[in-house]
Amino acid sequence: MTDLLRRRLLFVTGKGGVGKTTVAAALGLLASQQGLRTLVCEVEPKGDLSFAYECGTTPFHGRDVAANLKAMSMDTEASLREYLHHVAKVPVLGRISPVARAFDFIATAAPGIREILTMGKLCFEVREKHYDLVVVDASATGNVVGQLAAPTGINELVRVGVVRSQTEWMLEILRDPSVTGVVLVTTPEEMPVSEAIDLAGRLAEETPVHLACVIANRVLPELFGRAEEQVFDELSTSSEIDALARQLGAPPNDVAAVFAAARLAVTIRRDGSAHLERLRSAVGAETPLLYLPYLFARAHGMRAIRQVAQSLGEEL
Amino acid sequence: MAPASGPQRSSERERQIEQLLAAKEVVVACGPGGVGKTTSAAALAATAAARVGGRVLVVTVDPARRLADALGLAGLGNSATRVPDEAFRDAGVQPKGELYAAMVDMSESWDALVKRHAPDAKTAGQILANPLYQNITGRFAQGHDYIAMERLYELHEEGSYDLLVVDTPPSRNALDLLDAPSHMADFFSSRLLRWLTVPYRSRLVNLASRPFYQVADRVLGSQLLQDLADFFILFQTMRDGFVARAEAVNRLLRDVRTTFMLVTTLEAVPAREAQEMTQALVDRRLHLGLLVCNKVLPPALSDPAVAKVADRLGSGAEELGGPLAAKLKGGEPPEVVAAVLGELAQSFSNFRLVANREAELLRELAAVHDLSATVGYQAGNITDLAGLLRIGAAIWGDAEEAEATTPARRTRRTRAPSGRARAKPAADTTDNTDNTDNTDNTDNTDNTDNTKET
Repeated sequence: MTDLLRRRLLFVTGKGGVGKTTVAAALGLLASQQGLRTLVCEVEPKGDLSFAYECGTTPFHGRDVAANLKAMSMDTEASLREYLHHVAKVPVLGRISPVARAFDFIATAAPGIREILTMGKLCFEVREKHYDLVVVDASATGNVVGQLAAPTGINELVRVGVVRSQTEWMLEILRDPSVTGVVLVTTPEEMPVSEAIDLAGRLAEETPVHLACVIANRVLPELFGRAEEQVFDELSTSSEIDALARQLGAPPNDVAAVFAAARLAVTIRRDGSAHLERLRSAVGAETPLLYLPYLFARAHGMRAIRQVAQSLGEEL
Repeated sequence: MAPASGPQRSSERERQIEQLLAAKEVVVACGPGGVGKTTSAAALAATAAARVGGRVLVVTVDPARRLADALGLAGLGNSATRVPDEAFRDAGVQPKGELYAAMVDMSESWDALVKRHAPDAKTAGQILANPLYQNITGRFAQGHDYIAMERLYELHEEGSYDLLVVDTPPSRNALDLLDAPSHMADFFSSRLLRWLTVPYRSRLVNLASRPFYQVADRVLGSQLLQDLADFFILFQTMRDGFVARAEAVNRLLRDVRTTFMLVTTLEAVPAREAQEMTQALVDRRLHLGLLVCNKVLPPALSDPAVAKVADRLGSGAEELGGPLAAKLKGGEPPEVVAAVLGELAQSFSNFRLVANREAELLRELAAVHDLSATVGYQAGNITDLAGLLRIGAAIWGDAEEAEATTPARRTRRTRAPSGRARAKPAADTTDNTDNTDNTDNTDNTDNTDNTKET
């Protein structure tokens, strides 16, 4: 597993709300702490990355977040501009804006145009060796396949033209499992796990990119060992609770509430374990499955990112 | 003193919900992805059918087999299927009305739209056969959002249901949904569309479009542009029908008979998105009738009195462990008992943090409206109608049926913070507040107590 960060391009995805951005931000931070020049890119510029790093907006050209660490948000118009300028050498920079708008329009219809601009920018950063590692906070499970499959799809659609000629080198980067990988994030809940299983299958069938690892985020700690659970069960009877309440001089209902809270914690954890087992058997033993603990204290911001980065470091 | 106020308050929420449902014909469930939108929509519809009556239809965009199973149906299709009364009977309920369910089949709905709006069968056939068509329908102008709204409109026009509850697709951006009909109208009216198709129609390259074509040819290749133009020319023949329809859909969303149910969890990111959505609804003058917060932790966790008890269990674990162990039948050593007490305290304080954070987010969210429901964590999966009705009961606010859920009380607290009420010098309002608080404690405990059995 130690080779996860030795790859050059990591796409972090998962169902919306499972902590994709947190994991991407933490992976980036961890890599930068290990001395790798790292870029973290948010594909959907919703501002989640700047929220995670508490760093203000993350523009297309990147913002320094920490030593070795830059954060950026994807902007397909800017990507097109950069592309036309550097690669296609099209001399229309002054009029790029209406052109880009027209592209935007075409992109709503033609498959993969917007995605290819996104993938192109990311692969370009890898190819030019501007960074040792590019971590992508990619789209959620519903859209990420289209993104990753864009270079393949564009080959079929665009028969000639600059875009077509560009897809070959991108595919080379994407196909190589030692260079590119998908980090699939889930939480121990029903829908996120189902979507993760589904996506793992679609990645293999429809995209050139390999699954590098699965990360189960927000895993609750095991509350009781087996002997302890038995004691807990015995203590949970109303007569024991009443006795305990008398000993403490507290209202029995309050004591019962403490037990009920623990029961709920046990239930949530047990439901979660069942989902993770389902995930485990679906993705197979060859795919590493990492666990990140539930953060009770703080769910967001740089402090949380540091904690997650540390846990990731321990898991890797 | 508890019994008097408990039931009274849940019937208050019941009254509010049933009043809302009496006044509205359409409920649009919206909110961030992964918060239980589909389940909440189904729960609302099932409970409305059971308690309010009439013909209720829930329209889902989620092809999840689980929902069909939960409703006791073999599967869901584009046309509505009646949920059998046996499913209600199995859940121990005699429904007042009828429940129907349908799923929006995206491609089937698009095909139907094309057939309706194309000038003739030949054009429709050409559009449906165009290789770009499949792709377009899936993605452009928030296609899925639009289709969900369009289907809603169609079913409403049909007029065979008293209440329509529609689930919405997980948008990249929750707001896309609200603007989908306008986007659709804009798309067809857009100058770009005309600009793109004109040169191919007239076969005369318009001067103004020349720089674009130079670049586009170079980058994309002219074959693709030709294909696109051909397609758009065909597509434009449906313009008038589409625009008129999109405007009608828009009117329905703004109609007084339509309300939105915002569903979220109280985790930081979804709650933030829900807050933005609330604002967006207000800005667009759309009616937000109901806020549903899912997977909420029990209120006892944010009760300081209970927390004190938990702390004492932890700090006194050693002393308490001995006497307790002596009484237990299993004969476990005192250290194990002490360890359990310590874990109990630790776990409580962990979850207490989360519960307090949730309570604060709820307070902020609920500030914008006065009808909000919290649904507690549901153990296991929702596999049958009974499960949906249990969630519905939590939305309706009755504590007894809601088992592991935390209905009215928390919301009440946020709506009328006891602190503020106490600050009022007016004499006996305090009595009320105290009463409320006490009820909270007892009720909550009873409530969470039930969790043990589930």
